[in-house]
Amino acid sequence: MSTSDVIAPNPAADILRARPAGFLRDVSAIAGRALRAVPRDLEAVTPPIFIALFFFLVNIATLSKLTRAGGAGFVYKAFEMPTAILLGVTGISRAPALVLDVQDGYLDRLLMTPIRRLAILLGHMIADVTVAMALTVPILAVGFLIGVRFKTGVLGVLAFILLAALWSLAFSGFGYAIALKTGNPAAVNSTFLLFFPFLFLTTSYVPRAQLSGWLDTVAGFNPVTYLLEGLRSLVSRGWAWTQLGQAVLAIAVLGTLSMSLCFAALRGRTRRG
Amino acid sequence: MGDVAIRTDGLVRHFDKFVAVDHVDLAIERGEIYGFLGPNGAGKSTTVRVLCTLLAPTAGTATVAGFDVSSRPGDVRLRIGVALQEAALDAKQTGRELLRLQGLLYGLPKRAMDRRVDELGELIDLTDALDRPIATYSGGMKRRLDLVAALVHNPEILFLDEPTTGLDPASRTSVWAEVRRLNTELGMTIFLTTQYLEEADELCGRVGIINQGRIVAEGTPDDLKRSIGADIIIARVDGDAGPLRAIVEGLSGVQGVEAHGNELVIATGDGPATISPVAVALSGSNVTVRTLTLRTPTLDDVFLELTGTHIERQTTSKDTER
Repeated sequence: MSTSDVIAPNPAADILRARPAGFLRDVSAIAGRALRAVPRDLEAVTPPIFIALFFFLVNIATLSKLTRAGGAGFVYKAFEMPTAILLGVTGISRAPALVLDVQDGYLDRLLMTPIRRLAILLGHMIADVTVAMALTVPILAVGFLIGVRFKTGVLGVLAFILLAALWSLAFSGFGYAIALKTGNPAAVNSTFLLFFPFLFLTTSYVPRAQLSGWLDTVAGFNPVTYLLEGLRSLVSRGWAWTQLGQAVLAIAVLGTLSMSLCFAALRGRTRRG
Repeated sequence: MGDVAIRTDGLVRHFDKFVAVDHVDLAIERGEIYGFLGPNGAGKSTTVRVLCTLLAPTAGTATVAGFDVSSRPGDVRLRIGVALQEAALDAKQTGRELLRLQGLLYGLPKRAMDRRVDELGELIDLTDALDRPIATYSGGMKRRLDLVAALVHNPEILFLDEPTTGLDPASRTSVWAEVRRLNTELGMTIFLTTQYLEEADELCGRVGIINQGRIVAEGTPDDLKRSIGADIIIARVDGDAGPLRAIVEGLSGVQGVEAHGNELVIATGDGPATISPVAVALSGSNVTVRTLTLRTPTLDDVFLELTGTHIERQTTSKDTER
């Protein structure tokens, strides 16, 4: 069909003529919607914070004395704070909301607009990073209250928050992949099963040297081990670039895997064939 | 050709081995209200989803607003508004947030968008409710919001997939009035699917009747009805009506006779003159006649003639909003 066959817009459409909004506007519109939903959906973010603070305080009370063998200058509450942060932010995502969008047909409504498909996912993820950053604040505040101090100062705190948020984002890719692939809330909820090996087969509670046999071997393959080391270095050691580099690499490896699955699922969901 | 808003040529859509849309040819003029009438599962919604770029055709071509849905989906999306069968809303947003998000995604300038949202709120009588979460809306309010969400960017072509299913009669009438207004005042082309004969009759300039993925008839409602005769006599009997065909076929004024189950459908050019001979002929048979009705043809009669079954019997009755 030639261009001349393209029908002219109706007169009223001249005033409100639809046009592609642009990728950034698409992403910010979706992120804005996802962020507006957070305070209306507090049950999604309150339990992780509660769990993180609960284990943070209980573990300190339970294990502080046992871990004194960690050496001079070893402070268990500083050691434990990164674990608490990861407990709080791992698995935080709007993937369950995306499943509802699939089920309610709202995703179809979005797909019938000129929005870039990638912007739907990125908008949600930007909201997730923002929420994850916000969730670190109360845990950090409690840490400061009980005397945890950062050797790396304010910049270290910011780097700490950023690493935790990027980890949250990398992990959330699994939730989005399952959400988009299945459109099933129960399947999305099952991603918490991934949470256990990542968060517990590692140095969550004691230093690596105190892990025995098989657990030490498994921890060596667990990216969370290196992430925790990097986060802990910001609190207790100073700018330890090797540990920080390994932490970033660990996030990148897991993120590459989860995002590959996630974007493949997005392609599958939006494929029209 | 230049005024064709929607065109399909040999459009086919499979789901694995199931053929949902089977060589559908459409040519819908700009400014038309076109009704796609058929029972549940006939292929109406699948056709709409292909035309709205949610599904790719398995075979054939489809152009909307002059753009091919397969190769230029982005251009199609800029020019269409769609209200699908189920209201596609986000219950946690307010009505205003939902409409503003639509406006943002269509690239509308902020000030024009705010004005537009207010206008649309007034249009559907939801101004007071626009700042409430959609979860608090009634079914009718959600349906109306869903409809105007399709209108935020003032589309050239509006797809309405069973827009009044589940609505009470008053809400249905108000949707019809709005559809007419959009068509007459803005010249919007409207592609409407429905399983309600009355809706197709009331609203549509032309109707395509679809059954099992194929268009079985197309024309104005009046032409379609005229095609089966000026009047219809329906005899409902105890048992099979088939053997009665031979009894009435030869009567004067009878143009055609169809038997469907316990119903004998007699097409005639002059119902008042023909009903008496039909009644006499049937009373002479050994079958009990329960009712004998004379009326003008409906689109259901057209569907019956073409497919051998009533559209309304194929359609699951749905609860109307209370």
